[in-house]
Amino acid sequence: MDYFIKLLLSGTAKGSIYALIALGYTMVYGIVKLINFAHGEVYMIGGFTALIVGGFLSTLGMSIPVVLLFSILASIIYSSAFGFTIERLAYRPLRNKSRLSALISAIGISMILQNFIMLAQTEKYLPFPSYLPDLPFLQPVREYINSTQFIILITTSFIMIILTIIIKFTRIGKAMRATSQDKQMAQLVGVNINQVISVTFVIGSSLAAIGGVLICSYMGQINYYIGFVAGIKAFVAAVLGGIGSIPGAVLGSFILGWTESLGTGFISSDYEDAYAFIILILILILKPDGILGKNQKQKV
Amino acid sequence: MKRSIVVLSVLALAAVLITVGCQKKVTETIKIGVAGAHSGDLASYGLPSVNAAKLVVEGVNAKGGINGRMIELFIEDDQCKPEVATNTASKLVSDNVVAVIGHICSGATKAALGIYKDSKIVTVSPSATTPTLTQSGEYPNFFRTIAPDDAQAKLATMFIKDKLGIKILAVLHDKGDYGKGFAELVKQYAEAEGIQVVLFEGVNPGAPDYSAIVNKIGNSGATAVVWGGYHPEASKLVQQMKDKGMDLPFISDDGVKDQTFIDVAGKYAEGVYATGPMDTSANPMAIKAAADHKAKFGDDPGAFFLNAYAATQAVVNAIQKAGSTDFEAVSKALRSEYVETTLGKISFDARGDVIGFGFSVYQVQNGKYAELK
Repeated sequence: MDYFIKLLLSGTAKGSIYALIALGYTMVYGIVKLINFAHGEVYMIGGFTALIVGGFLSTLGMSIPVVLLFSILASIIYSSAFGFTIERLAYRPLRNKSRLSALISAIGISMILQNFIMLAQTEKYLPFPSYLPDLPFLQPVREYINSTQFIILITTSFIMIILTIIIKFTRIGKAMRATSQDKQMAQLVGVNINQVISVTFVIGSSLAAIGGVLICSYMGQINYYIGFVAGIKAFVAAVLGGIGSIPGAVLGSFILGWTESLGTGFISSDYEDAYAFIILILILILKPDGILGKNQKQKV
Repeated sequence: MKRSIVVLSVLALAAVLITVGCQKKVTETIKIGVAGAHSGDLASYGLPSVNAAKLVVEGVNAKGGINGRMIELFIEDDQCKPEVATNTASKLVSDNVVAVIGHICSGATKAALGIYKDSKIVTVSPSATTPTLTQSGEYPNFFRTIAPDDAQAKLATMFIKDKLGIKILAVLHDKGDYGKGFAELVKQYAEAEGIQVVLFEGVNPGAPDYSAIVNKIGNSGATAVVWGGYHPEASKLVQQMKDKGMDLPFISDDGVKDQTFIDVAGKYAEGVYATGPMDTSANPMAIKAAADHKAKFGDDPGAFFLNAYAATQAVVNAIQKAGSTDFEAVSKALRSEYVETTLGKISFDARGDVIGFGFSVYQVQNGKYAELK
């Protein structure tokens, strides 16, 4: 039983890592109907920005909380700028073309950014300093959950709530929903859809940046390739929960984390990916729009 | 129209004459290929061999080459990927190289070897350690200046049994050719020595989180962990184990015996064991090679630098002794001649494995790998 709880908690921690990235994925998909494959790369860039800014501030002798705050801020700003620019350059010109064009463009951007970071920074693995505090009250239960995992879990829940509030109750959220339902009609009633989509990308990229800082702190390392692996898993999680749905992304991530963790614990870690994809296939057969996805009727 | 054709053919003829004229003056160079990961996340294993080959060749050419013929290097990147390595190999074959220093990763080496075998090209890898590359007898053209994994696994197992006194073992690997090969051998030897292997599993390389498998190690009752694979996953594993308060001995392979591992894992690396090639830092030739590297490239040489240096020295020596670049003669010279290299005095046995150089166990002590005697 103790072992089961340990596995469940490590699955929860894993799920919250996936969820941090899946939230941005699903949000962009929900509004623009575009699978933003470059999202994983924005997350990686967020991590690198925090590493560079954090390293710089540390050498100036600032205390760890200040370094953490400023490096998160810097990576949010820098990643948002990336997200905004990517949308302007790679997606907006293709907005009225077939969806496949934008998808291919997204894959292209993902490769460009990976190679850009590899060339501009390094191809090596770099140590990522642990800026996150070691919470003393978790010390007795660290076999079950450690403070970094706990912080990631809390942040994920918090972000999910904030996003839901933004989308459900604010003016820009209303505009986002309108844009998602029908771009043309939204435009006719005076919604500036360009602005709405830019804001969506900025929010999505900020989430990726926060994810980058937290997850890299957890892993203790960073490399130009981390965005790809994480992006694929987050994508699966988002589809599992119903892509476009904010609570769905979180639920999907947890299901993915639990499946992988329990599968590893009780069967074998050799087939970790297989468990994830078996669950995905089952859910897509039974409920093609994902667990919490809306069933959208296609007009013929 | 007609006139331009005439002019063109005259020009073409002249060009041919010029190139023929040039070739007559200079004797043909001896072409040696250098292949391995020069980009991608394993580039830190491949780039040092390029520098090593360049340094050796520079030295030989400065002294007038081999029997008056200059050496020319052809450097090709395989990114450690088997599918790229076959292209790399075909490219080198079409460049008419007589020998190849490389490849770096075992998987890529295996993919490329068949192509070199068909074209009769001697291949000397500084780092490919999968045992079957030599033991299968399939590749008479293959040599290596590193001991194979089974030597490494044997040493690691005996160390676990005799020095650490471990009875129950967990063995993990990254599902790759190299890591899984090492892990399987450790399991095999450990069971033969009476050590109980309670956990033998592969994990996903690159995954952000290994806490589930760490829990499983804790639950299995193992008193030590063996990792077959490379350093990025190893540092995440030791970190997540120690974060959970599990302080088991962690024993790994040459893929982890790299300063990058210690840089990335930081304080978590302390106490980790890894097997790696014998320490050659007292060898005067190795010291000179490292100094030359520093002078020319501005930093300390990386992984497998000395192995690649020795591989190039062995090839140069064999061509010199054979007096030709003929495949049979060169491979015979590699097997029969002893040569003084950065690894010590080495030669190759009938299967192509190096004689005179092997593995030691290292431990991370105060942020550095220290050889355990």
